[in-house]
Amino acid sequence: MSVLELIIALPLLAALAIWLGAPARAASLGATFINLILVLYTAVQYWGKTGLAFTHSRPILENPSLSFAVGADGISIILALLTALVMLAAIWQIEDRPPIFYVSSLLIGGGALGAFLTTDVFFIYAFHELALIPTFLMIALHGRAEPAQRKAVAWKATIYLGVGSLVLLAGLVWLVLEFSGGSKLTFDLEALRSQAKLNPLPDAKQAQIFFVLLLGFGSLVSLFPFHSWAAPAYATAPTPVAMLHSGVLKKFGLYGLIRIALPLLPQGAHVEWVQNALLLMLLGNILVMGLVTIHASRLDNTLANSSVMHMGYIFLGIAAGTEIALKGAVILMFAHGISIALLFGLCGRMRNQLGTLEYNKLGGLATHAPAFTVLFAFGSFASIGLPGLTNFAGEVLIFLGNFTEFKAGVLTNLQWTVILALWGVVMSAVYMLRAYRSIFHGSPATGLFMIDPVFSQRVPFIMLATTLLVTGCCPWLLLNLMKSAL
Amino acid sequence: MSVFTIEAGLAILGLVLLLLEAFKPDISRRTLGLTAIAGATLALVLLTIAPHDSASLPGFIQPWHQLDSLALFYKGFALVITILVLWLTLECAPYLTRFTVDGKLAEMFSLPLIVCAGMMWMASARDLVTVFVALELVTVSFYVLVAFARKSAFSLEAGVKYLILGALSTGVLVYGIAWIYGATGTMSFDGIAKALANPATSKTTALFGAAVLLCGLGFKVAAAPFHMWVPDVYQGAPTPVTAFLSVGSKAAGFVVLTRALDAFMAEGSIIGSEIQGFLLVIGSLTALLGSLPAMFQTSVKRLLAYSSISHAGYLLLALACRESARFDLSSGGVVAFYLATYLPMTVLGFLGLGLMRANGLGEDIKDFAGLAKRNPLLALLMTISFASLAGLPLTAGFLGKLFVFLGLADHGYWGAMSCAVIAAAAGFYYYFKTILAMYTTEGTDVPALTFSGPAKAVAGALALVILILGVYPKPLQSVLTSDRPAVLAK
Repeated sequence: MSVLELIIALPLLAALAIWLGAPARAASLGATFINLILVLYTAVQYWGKTGLAFTHSRPILENPSLSFAVGADGISIILALLTALVMLAAIWQIEDRPPIFYVSSLLIGGGALGAFLTTDVFFIYAFHELALIPTFLMIALHGRAEPAQRKAVAWKATIYLGVGSLVLLAGLVWLVLEFSGGSKLTFDLEALRSQAKLNPLPDAKQAQIFFVLLLGFGSLVSLFPFHSWAAPAYATAPTPVAMLHSGVLKKFGLYGLIRIALPLLPQGAHVEWVQNALLLMLLGNILVMGLVTIHASRLDNTLANSSVMHMGYIFLGIAAGTEIALKGAVILMFAHGISIALLFGLCGRMRNQLGTLEYNKLGGLATHAPAFTVLFAFGSFASIGLPGLTNFAGEVLIFLGNFTEFKAGVLTNLQWTVILALWGVVMSAVYMLRAYRSIFHGSPATGLFMIDPVFSQRVPFIMLATTLLVTGCCPWLLLNLMKSAL
Repeated sequence: MSVFTIEAGLAILGLVLLLLEAFKPDISRRTLGLTAIAGATLALVLLTIAPHDSASLPGFIQPWHQLDSLALFYKGFALVITILVLWLTLECAPYLTRFTVDGKLAEMFSLPLIVCAGMMWMASARDLVTVFVALELVTVSFYVLVAFARKSAFSLEAGVKYLILGALSTGVLVYGIAWIYGATGTMSFDGIAKALANPATSKTTALFGAAVLLCGLGFKVAAAPFHMWVPDVYQGAPTPVTAFLSVGSKAAGFVVLTRALDAFMAEGSIIGSEIQGFLLVIGSLTALLGSLPAMFQTSVKRLLAYSSISHAGYLLLALACRESARFDLSSGGVVAFYLATYLPMTVLGFLGLGLMRANGLGEDIKDFAGLAKRNPLLALLMTISFASLAGLPLTAGFLGKLFVFLGLADHGYWGAMSCAVIAAAAGFYYYFKTILAMYTTEGTDVPALTFSGPAKAVAGALALVILILGVYPKPLQSVLTSDRPAVLAK
């Protein structure tokens, strides 16, 4: 059993053990902690290397050729690291909840790890679906709303993501059929990649398939206008589920685009009509959702909508498709995952203690809970893109990556989009700073009192905040893992 | 011992049990049931060790009987489902006997054995006469089984509906066979394939005969527009019989369809492309007309009936896709694979329903509320079953659907594929609606639900099979890539 297989299996085995009666908290914390160490170990092993490593393959079927193949390159390792960190934090911050909270967190995390670390299209797809199911069930069963309302929210997410998955499946099947040529069908990503290098498809066809994949992967990442499931789902979801889905699982769509769509269809994103459509959609994410977020009057709505908005920047990196922009996109995926998980975790804690998240009912919490305030500041400043925190590194690389071919006086559509998208940074600053001010500063609201978390409760949040600071000050830690991955 | 002897022995055992019950009325149902199960299990063991070539069959039967990998697969399949149904009957007996006239279940143990012998015989059929006789053996036994719970009005209604429509479809089938005989001058599949490859054969006559024959078989496998009987009959029949109908009878219909279509659509057949178009239309319709109404059902048993129709639709679509160079799974292989995955998930679903019924619960979705709290194990197993029926990746159900979709995409049948995808998407909705109901916490102040150790073991084993086949389908690969010689080559 290779190390990657162990990483995928551990959370799933822990979930099984809990279901069979093992103590939920101990088993899940133990498994996720070991998992984090294993992922760090692979990252250290991979340090400075290039290409696909830790490969291991177990053939399942010969025709169509299907195997349980694992392997990781820099992108996979960065996302596995993100998953391991968020999973540990999400599980750690659970307090006084039934075992199903632990089991579902483990399944979502395990599914995400499986999707990021396997190299067979079949299993990449399958593991993502595995992770989606507990997400829906948890929103419907333990969401923070009246039963009828949370069920409606869960169904909306299910329908959007279910249809998105089907479109994605259609696109993947199309890819497999095109690249298998006259020989037998294969789902192996490496085989498909080498086939794509040898016999690239004509540009027009690449554009068509890319667009189908973009719609499929895009609706999983709440690409505008397929985004309306996301904000209510995150605002309603139980805290660990919101952390894991917005932080980790949503990145699957972006990972798929970078890992499957771009290498197999290198020209697909650059054909004019696809590029223009993508640019329009991502501007919708940044500008429209930015305005929506500014008008949110509750913290959970602000966070949920901001999470949709920030996806626009990552799509911008994918649209540019240059080496620098893609590296920026991966770093921003990591950074956004950590920061949004931190914010959702803290938001859940606030909701438990205060019973409300309305801005006009909150205020002055910094005097009660200084440590909590500092942690929240890390999350919100990272989200704005303050230099020194990871998000900044990602955003800057994406913006610069769009200007690698700059001719003075002539701006391409991409570059115009960047100029418009920069206003999104201003909007982020407006809504996050307003949220920060109205919650933590000003006169303390009457009747509200919040206790600072004790040290053991702070640990998961400190871990996430430290990650933001360390990788923000030293983004080369992440960049070094991606020497050749793109 | 030849495979044919095993089949004959099974039928004789069924008759013996029937007579035993008649002349020794004080025999316990447990003895009867266990004898039947033991007999079928013995037959399964003997089947694996008996010689597997057609030459081993007794001489007089060889012209009508063949033993290829497909036949052997379906024979094993028939035995497995029969054993499971017999066991399920025994498990549900305390509940079922309330609805029988004399409070006994005798024929419920002997008739499945006879049905099984019929299905095993059908799997080997080389000509339409054998098909017809075997099919009637199965169908007539089912007339009795469906109406077995005679004190229940639903069961009686189901029995009458099944009898009338079944008889009608039999008539249609015979009519089709007659036309085929008229067009080709033969009843054997090999002969039909040869005659259809001959341009001198009357195309209109052959096509009409084949279409009528397919309509007759369409009744048996519940293909649209001949699917109307399914929901009422499935809902009214005793749950073990429903499981048997849904898996056994369907598989029997599909093995005949596979054989007949191998003849109709062999290389150079003059009616091949028309039949293919017919299958694509019927298959798409069946998938949609099964799946869409299922979304609005409130009874889980009825929902499973509609879903069974849509599964028949996918199977028909699989039959429309013949082998191609880059996707060399034979359509018969895909159908066999699909049915092999369909068996554990459907039986597990009906087993759960039967167990709930035995605990005094209803069969509506609302009766599933809070199941996770009453019995977490049963809820988990039912979740696995429904997730697999929906076609969730990493379960057996996904692979079956994937092969069907790959076949359609490979041939470029985009219209049929979109219908299948819509049906599958609707499937996700109604299966997950039921799963969600199991985990809701409202109204959970109801007593816990218990079920016996053997039931746990069987249900657990079925769930395990679903999960293992979902990630490791290699054991079935021999079926998938069966190197069955083309009909013409013989």
